[in-house]
Amino acid sequence: MGNGTSLGRVRGLGSAHHGAGHWMLQRFTAIGNLLLLGFLVISFVLLPNFAYDTLIGWIANPVVATALSLIMVNTFWHARIGLQVVAEDYFSTAANKFVALVLMNVAVFGGSAFGLISVARIAFGVA
Amino acid sequence: MLTSILHRVSGSAMAFVGLPVLLWWLGSLAGGPEAYATFQAVAGSVPGMIVLVGVSWAFFNHMSSGIRHFVLDLGAGYELNTNKTWSLGANTIGVILTAAFWAAIVLL
Repeated sequence: MGNGTSLGRVRGLGSAHHGAGHWMLQRFTAIGNLLLLGFLVISFVLLPNFAYDTLIGWIANPVVATALSLIMVNTFWHARIGLQVVAEDYFSTAANKFVALVLMNVAVFGGSAFGLISVARIAFGVA
Repeated sequence: MLTSILHRVSGSAMAFVGLPVLLWWLGSLAGGPEAYATFQAVAGSVPGMIVLVGVSWAFFNHMSSGIRHFVLDLGAGYELNTNKTWSLGANTIGVILTAAFWAAIVLL
């Protein structure tokens, strides 16, 4: 590894061996979303109404609370990977890209945690 | 190309609008009847319904073009005519599923 051009510094190092991980995770979370949001969409259709008591009773069911909790992790994870691809395409400056990724991480971790806490409050009967 | 753009648009729409709406819905339920009544009032208004229908379209569009991506990942469907058919088909299915979803919500 020399100190010359960008290409010269990396030539001969071979693959980083984690290039496909990001791509695979996008697919794994996509499959999860297909199942979890399929459950959510079918539930929306089958629920008798969207009244407060109906929904609280529905979410308090452990299976529903589990599915909603998984949705809070899986959708935000999938969105995070997808938005990173978008950010990498549209931010050409390294600093801007870095700031965008930092803000994105704050938003998705915060959103995910808020969703989990909300489901937990309802499931544990605090709400 | 349209299908690729719409996949990105619908995905970003869910990230920036869909997930916040989902959080507001759950958060308002966790907050109590009054908070949920506020959510219902906004979601049930005309602009609110436009957003909800838009988010549901984003979901069904992203889902159908996402399934198309899985098929392409398997190495299938790259013949020109097949590719064009399913590229347009994915977008059409997304619209049909959106319409079917709202019909089911209203009728069932």
